[in-house]
Amino acid sequence: MKGSEAIIESLKAAGTEVIFGLPGGVVIPLYDALFDSDLSHYLVRHEQGAAHMADGYARATGKTGVCIATSGPGATNLVTGIANAYLDSTPIVAITGQVRSDLIGTDAFQEVDITGITQPIVKHSYLIKDPKDIPRVIKEAFYIASSGRPGPVLIDIPVDMQNAEIDYVEGKKIDLPGYRPTLKGHKKQIRAAARAITAAEKPVLYVGGGVITAGAEKELQALAKLMKIPVATTLMGIGTFPEDNVLSLGMLGMHGTGYANYAVTHSDLLIGVGARFDDRVTGKLSTFARHAKKIHIDLDPAEISKNVLIDIPIVGDAKNVLAGLVAELKSMKRDARKTAAWIDQINTWKKKHPLSYQDEEGSIMPQFVVEEIDRVTRGNAIIVTEVGQNQMWSALFYKHKKPRHFISSGGLGTMGFGFPASIGAKVGRPDKTVIDIAGDGSFQMTIQELATAVCYDIPVIVCILNNGFLGMVRQWQELFWNKRYSETIISCQPDFAALADAYGALGITITEKKDVADAIRTAIKAKKPAVLDFKVRAEENVFPMVPAGKSIEEMIGGHK
Amino acid sequence: MKHTLSVLVENKPGALARIAGLFSRRGFNIDSLAVGVTEDPDVSRMTITVSAAEHPIEQVTKQLHKLINVIKITDLDPENTVARELALIKVKSDAGNRAEIMQLAEIFRANILDVGRNTLTIEITGTYEKIDALERLLFPHGVVEVVRTGRIAIERGQK
Ligand SMILES: Cc1ncc(C[n+]2csc(CCOP(=O)(O)OP(=O)(O)O)c2C)c(N)n1
Ligand SMILES: [Mg+2]
Repeated sequence: MKGSEAIIESLKAAGTEVIFGLPGGVVIPLYDALFDSDLSHYLVRHEQGAAHMADGYARATGKTGVCIATSGPGATNLVTGIANAYLDSTPIVAITGQVRSDLIGTDAFQEVDITGITQPIVKHSYLIKDPKDIPRVIKEAFYIASSGRPGPVLIDIPVDMQNAEIDYVEGKKIDLPGYRPTLKGHKKQIRAAARAITAAEKPVLYVGGGVITAGAEKELQALAKLMKIPVATTLMGIGTFPEDNVLSLGMLGMHGTGYANYAVTHSDLLIGVGARFDDRVTGKLSTFARHAKKIHIDLDPAEISKNVLIDIPIVGDAKNVLAGLVAELKSMKRDARKTAAWIDQINTWKKKHPLSYQDEEGSIMPQFVVEEIDRVTRGNAIIVTEVGQNQMWSALFYKHKKPRHFISSGGLGTMGFGFPASIGAKVGRPDKTVIDIAGDGSFQMTIQELATAVCYDIPVIVCILNNGFLGMVRQWQELFWNKRYSETIISCQPDFAALADAYGALGITITEKKDVADAIRTAIKAKKPAVLDFKVRAEENVFPMVPAGKSIEEMIGGHK
Repeated sequence: MKHTLSVLVENKPGALARIAGLFSRRGFNIDSLAVGVTEDPDVSRMTITVSAAEHPIEQVTKQLHKLINVIKITDLDPENTVARELALIKVKSDAGNRAEIMQLAEIFRANILDVGRNTLTIEITGTYEKIDALERLLFPHGVVEVVRTGRIAIERGQK
């Protein structure tokens, strides 16, 4: 069979059901083979969209997302999406076409060194030099992308490799001597952690996306409930612990809740699970959780003591380690009432510094829109976000309860991620209401994918919190740069509802508070792609906020 | 402090670029780098010397481990390691100083590889420090060119 057919066969053998992509000269053979296959391919309008769709699909389903682009500009258009997947550790396999092998290195038409360009932002990459390698490489790529700490893998395939005739032999057993993720936690370390937990009076669980990857939410909840430990999540960890539970502290960090940040600051034991002590979480490193002993459970040994010195490191998969920890604790003499006074203290903080915002007569408050989305969907939707204020309000004002139901660009903070990611999420979870809570700036970065959503009848709902600003940057300018709004006013805007209509989607403009819920309901009922343009209060800020580089208890705003 | 990292890598395209790239991306300067195949033709050994403190070295080692093609990394303990480097040094030489240079070479157990009309080319094997010492002594004569391989090192056998 031809190399191109071997690619399709290998993708299917790896469990691929859907592909996002856009063809070009050097992937015509691959697309020709695709033409006869039963794989669903979604033709995008820009390759960045394909990468984000694969990413959103992966986050919503836990499966590996796949995207295809041609060489040169097609491949470089994937770069932002690959970096995004790398920084948030999501499993995607990106396939790029490459110029003919004998032309490589000659600056041939549409030749770029895409394995070189993406080298620092992939988990691994391949350039196929022998068509016989295709099945093995694709098998390895899926294994690498989805195992251990997941991440993007790129496979660059010269066009002559696709055209070559090969005997297709399914990829053999995987043999990667340099790749053996540690899954089981060290027994002794687990015991040490258990002892520290029983000794603690003011423990806090600090939970990140690793818990979602590991599917460890049950184990996490068991641990928290067994020992009555309050839980703060990172942006990536949202959904691992139901926010309506009394032990939930919501999100911590730069835009975390006051009580989460106070709890971490005053804790005597911090238990980090699948989180990486990112600067958006820790603020000033020297003061972060300065009274606490620190346990860190993570699959990636390179994250241990990278930013914050760890007392009890446990390298392993969160599900394994947490289950081991719960079992160990159950076998020990323990007293969960030890944290009662701590929980009281936290409840006092919750009363004193609740998440709040001030209503303004005649305005739609952006936080209110998010709360209405929560009410109308009964907290059951998959919420995808763009980047900026919209993202933080979505994180804070929707009560998240389940993993894989909050999808947001954390590490890279990619404006334009949300909308294509929501399309990918909806493709993976057609049973779910999928809502992209967007900013007017971000949405315009990948708005062309409206065509994709309409064309394939993918009914995602974009809720633009339209403030007429690159709002988050404007907020920094207001607070730290004397309100000098340099290039953050985006007054020249399309009529988003009319634009949606032109694409064949439903478009509604909402200017009155009383119409907010109705618009959301109408969009859900319409069962087609929809854009809701909520004209919200323009100069509203996200509070609380920890200024960059400050200690996380030095919050501004959000105090009553 | 100077560290000598001995890294076993799968002999795969791009492996060297990935490793070198990782050092520069994480802000390290590689002092020397030597690569060659091992007793197993599918596996190469890279000997990398870098100057850095303990914590950053530990970080970069962990990051290196994450590269799929990297099989094993050892931060060689200088106490328990023999290390060598090879250098070729071309030095200005005429009838006036030839004898003196040849004598220096002999003291260092270096070989004369080539005698030119106005130059001598010396081959020396030894520790980093030994090569530096010879270079310093040759300097006043006018060193035209120095080519060094970078350090290779191996752990001592069990005592
Ligand atoms: C691709 C990209 N460019 C620039 C930025 C910097 N940035 C962060 S938030 C933001 C403003 C986003 O504006 P909008 O989408 O309207 O969201 P808002 O903050 O107003 O809710 C900008 C420009 C970014 N994160 N991503
Ligand atoms: Mg905006």
